[in-house]
Order: sequence, then structure tokens, then C-alpha cells
Amino acid sequence: MAILINKDTKVICQGITGSVGTFHTDQAIQYGTKMVGGVTPGKGGQTHLNLPIFNTMGEAVEKTGANASVVYVPPPFAADAIMEAVDADLDLVICITEGIPVMDMIKVRKFMAGKKTRLIGPNCPGVITPGECKIGIMPGHIHKPGKIGVLSRSGTLTYEAVGQLSAIGMGQSTCVGIGGDPINGTNFIDVLELYNADPDTEAVIMIGEIGGTAEEEAAEYIKREFKKPVTCFIAGATAPPGKRMGHAGAIISGGQGTAEAKFEALQSAGCSIARSPADLASTLKNSLN
Amino acid sequence: MNIHEYQAKEVLKSYGVNTLQGGVAVTPDEAATVANKIGGSIWVVKAQIHAGGRGKGGGVKIAKSIDEVKTLTSEIVGMNLITHQTGPEGKIVNKVLIEAGCDIAKEYYVALLVDRATDSVVLMASSEGGMDIEEVADKTPELIHKVAIDPAVGLMPFQARDIAFKIGMTGKVVNKAVKNLMGLYQSFIKSDCAMAEINPLVETKAGEVIALDAKFNFDSNALYRQKNIVEYRDLTEEDPSEVEASKFDLAFIKLDGNIGCLVNGAGLAMATMDIIKLHGGNPANFLDVGGGANKEKVKEAFKIILKDQNVKGILVNIFGGIMKCDVIAEGVIAACKELSLTAPLVVRLAGTNVELGKKLLAESGLNIIPAGDLTEAAEKIVNAVKEGAN
Repeated sequence: MAILINKDTKVICQGITGSVGTFHTDQAIQYGTKMVGGVTPGKGGQTHLNLPIFNTMGEAVEKTGANASVVYVPPPFAADAIMEAVDADLDLVICITEGIPVMDMIKVRKFMAGKKTRLIGPNCPGVITPGECKIGIMPGHIHKPGKIGVLSRSGTLTYEAVGQLSAIGMGQSTCVGIGGDPINGTNFIDVLELYNADPDTEAVIMIGEIGGTAEEEAAEYIKREFKKPVTCFIAGATAPPGKRMGHAGAIISGGQGTAEAKFEALQSAGCSIARSPADLASTLKNSLN
Repeated sequence: MNIHEYQAKEVLKSYGVNTLQGGVAVTPDEAATVANKIGGSIWVVKAQIHAGGRGKGGGVKIAKSIDEVKTLTSEIVGMNLITHQTGPEGKIVNKVLIEAGCDIAKEYYVALLVDRATDSVVLMASSEGGMDIEEVADKTPELIHKVAIDPAVGLMPFQARDIAFKIGMTGKVVNKAVKNLMGLYQSFIKSDCAMAEINPLVETKAGEVIALDAKFNFDSNALYRQKNIVEYRDLTEEDPSEVEASKFDLAFIKLDGNIGCLVNGAGLAMATMDIIKLHGGNPANFLDVGGGANKEKVKEAFKIILKDQNVKGILVNIFGGIMKCDVIAEGVIAACKELSLTAPLVVRLAGTNVELGKKLLAESGLNIIPAGDLTEAAEKIVNAVKEGAN
């Protein structure tokens, strides 16, 4: 069953004719994702990677029946692209683009209020249901179909968790990168709710980072409602306060957002804690025994 | 990106926020000219550095004569100002702001910031102006008032009024504060701020409302459309290696350890620092080469890491997704040769084209220590650096 995406998800790529969009659409097709078209304003009517190109999302959805899109549009135009996808009533929009101004994302969130579309990202690796559908920039070959959900604010650290799981024979149900920006479409709790309801997900690895309070809020939710074992790691225990660690969201300020506070909150919520990022899969495995 | 107080006040003034008459100076003579132009009999000489706590550190002084303005300027310009935000090494003061004195009746705190919880800009204010707001939040959170702003209509006067009443303003001062808060909001939105703080916003004995200090932080993702703000960038306030790294689109932050790190992805870069520490070592930096790194970028990353004299060993940790391990390996090999690297180097590769990458490293004839996983990588670099020190 998995969450968010599966073998029937029909995907439009926004920004398909750019180099990044081209490369990853090709990779997605090779993985088996049902890519049904692309949107590049002004290039409608052409074909690219054997897929039809449309001028607008509205037209793309009408002609292909797509229910999801992936955004590779450059940062100055990405917010507009997301809103266009939301306006086309898609179920899911995954925005990979890194570097969208936060003011633009505030407008996007406001625009999305009351609409049905779910946004994942921006500044995220995407979502993959191994063996069925890959939407994003993650290397497909490290994944294995299985029962573990992987949920993270970071890209490569998600790959690390997946690599460790696959190496000990534990496959993944769906892996979700929610992205490293302070204002994003989907938070930890949103995804945990989906895992909670998914019979194919038996346990979850959740990877957080310093900054904000999303992990603490997730801890409260886990304590209250989450029925499955969770293993957690928080990146940035050694990061000094006041320094932004790459991701716009990863900063300890005003004594808030430290790794220690997050580890503590998650531990008291009953999560298994991996102190070392090398022990993600082994900690999860031990917690299941 | 941060800017100086005097620059922040220029921005605020252009949106109708009330600031004191003042001007920036480097030499005592310039300071005297500014003070004479302001007039009056009392002036404040304020060190301009990108850090708070300047008053406590001795960077803000009151002068009661033009001679005193000159003396204080010569004392403050060139001083190494240490505050709780500069770190123990302090910051050299290059400029001062000379401002008119003012009769303060009351001090308030106001700020705008991006709030993750409400996905909006939030106006935050407190009656406890001039204090460390984090301390106020910690000890008396009930004295901090917040209101979330709808991006479609912006800050509304009723919201600003409500906040003004809540922080204890009365009478005509309220409307004056509202005008200043509206100006602060416009400054924030129009210049893509991440945070804008006026601490303190003062009420004078004459009933005026004035921004006595100002601190702005800008959203680096939006700088491409903020040419005027980018002009304010003061590179002398930034770490030279971080400035150099930003030219090559590398996210780099200098730390105080001795193990250089080169990693792809911000989360994995932080995790790499963490695992080095867990194994008894100390990271010298955070460095994310990004997703699209090539040979050149890897070489530049090595150069920046090696500029730090404290670095006694380097750990490269790459999980290739888009990035191919063989490309990274080529970059590492080129960097080692070109820079004649002598410090121990541990390389851990995983993901796309990992076997090819490992083969290139093994056949390079260079003294590169391979590692299969994260733990092995951390152990090997920590031990190699320890052995080197003995």
C-alpha cells in the first residue's frame, strides 16, 4: 500500500526541459515511475524524453489525468509553479527546488489553505516507494521494497539510513524527505499520521536536525497517538549556536532547537535513539527484537 | 546576511520609522563633523559590528562635548570588542555611529520574524525593552506578545495598536508606535528580511517614539532580488574562509577542531561532525559541497579546509545520489596532487558508482585511507590525527 505514491501515481514534471528536470525525469522513467508529461511554458506541443510537453498545469492535468507533480523550476519561479500545480487540483506536489525565498513560501502556504493538494518540500530529495514509484533526486538503486518508513529533513542523511537498512535486508515502505527549509508543505506529524494508518509500514526511522521545534512537536504526537516503533537521530549535536548549518532551517537560536532538547523529547516519547548516524538501522532492528 | 545598525536605520527611515539624527564615522575628525551637524550638547558614540551586546562590551559611550566625541571615536575605532555574541575572540571595530542623545522615558522591544508554527511573519513585542529578549522569554514569557500577520493584507493598524496597548503604551504614543510598526513591517517585507529587531524602541520624555537600535537579518535565498541590500554587505564582518567558500557555492562554517570535513548534503555534513565528536575527535568545519559538485568544486573545498592551520586530518564523506562517486574520487585525487596533501585523509564513499570511485582511489598511488562505513571513517580519521600528534 505504502503512503503518498505508488505504482499508479501519474506524474507531471514542472521544469522538464531544464537540465535538472531532464536528468531526473529520465532517471524516474528508468525506475518505473509513471511519468505522463511535462510543463514548460512556451514549449507546449513539443515532446521531450518521449513525453508530451504542455504550456500550463491545467492543460497537462486535463490531457494526462496526472495526480502528482514534481517541481524542478529555478528558485525565482518555483513558488509560482507550486501554486499553479495546487490550482490544477493535484493530490500531491513535490518541490525539489532549493533556495526559494521564505516570503514566497509564506504566500504559497496562504494560497494552499483550504485546498486539497499536499505539498512536500521545498528543498527536499522527494518521495520514493521502492519498486513502484520514485519522485525526486534520490538514487533509486539503494532502496529495497519493505516495511520501514524513512522520514527526514535531510537528503543525503536519508540515503544513509536507507543504505544501512537495505544492507541488513530491511526494505522500506515509503521514504519521505520533507526538506530543510523553515516554511515547508508537510511536517513530520503529517507524514507520521500517514505511516500510522498504513498497514505496510511496521516501523519508522525519523531523522531530524537542529533548529525549530518540529521534532519536539512530533515527539508529542508520537507519545499521544503513534502506534509503531520509531527510531530517531538528530543531526547537529556539535553545531554551535547562531550558525546556520547549510539548511535555512538548521540554526540554534535563542536556546531553541538544540539536538539535546530534541533527543530528550523523542526519548521520553518512547522512541529508540541512535546517538550515532551510523547506528540508524541497527538501533531500529534492536528495537524490534 | 547581516547588516550594521546604521544601515538598518537607513532602511527603517526610508519606510517612515523614526530614528535619531546621526551619521557614521571612521576618524575622530569625521565624528566631530557629524556631531556638529547634529548639534545639541550630548551625543552617543556606537561601535558598528555585526553583534549584539555592544553596550556591555564597552562599545557604546556617551559624549558631552565635541572633544569627547573625538576621544571616544579614537578609542572605539580599532578596538577589539568582545560581547556575548562575538565569541571570546571578539571583533575589530571599523566604524562608529554618532547619534544625538535622547531623553528616554520607557524602553520597549519589537521584532518581526518568520514563524514556522504559523507559516507567517509574526510581530513580537514586549514591555521589557533594552533587555536580552531570550532572557525575558525564559523568565517572564507572559510579557512577550505576538501576532501573526496575514500575507495577503499585511500588518493591519488594529494589530499594531493592540500590541502597543499590550506592552503598556498609552495616549498619543500609541498611534506614533503604530506608525513605526507599520514602517518596520514594510522594511521587513520589501527587503526580504528573515528577522528585524528594534531593541529598544523608546518613548522619549517628550512623547516621541524612536528606534534606538536596529538589527536586521536577511533571507539569503532572496538576495538575488535585493540589490540595494546586497550593497550593504560588509565582508570584513564575515569569516574570510566562509566568504571564499560562498564564491564557489560551498556551504562552509569554520569550527575550532582539527579534523577537516568534506561532505555532500547539510544533514549528512552535520551528522559527520557529530560522529567525529562521538569518537573523540573535533571537527574543524562544516562543509557541504552540495548536490552538483564537480572536480573543481572538490578541489576548492580542499583548499578552503587546508587554509585552516589547525587542520591535522581530513575526512571526506560522500553518499552519492546525483553526485557520482567516481567524479568525487577524481576531484579528491586532483586536489591531493595539486595541493601536495600531507595530512592524513580518510575517504568514505557510498551510493552511485561507488565501486568505480573506490577503484580510482586505490589505484591513485596516493596515501588515501579508505573507509567502508561512517563508524569506520570516524574511527580512522580520529586515530590518524591522534597518531600524528604523538
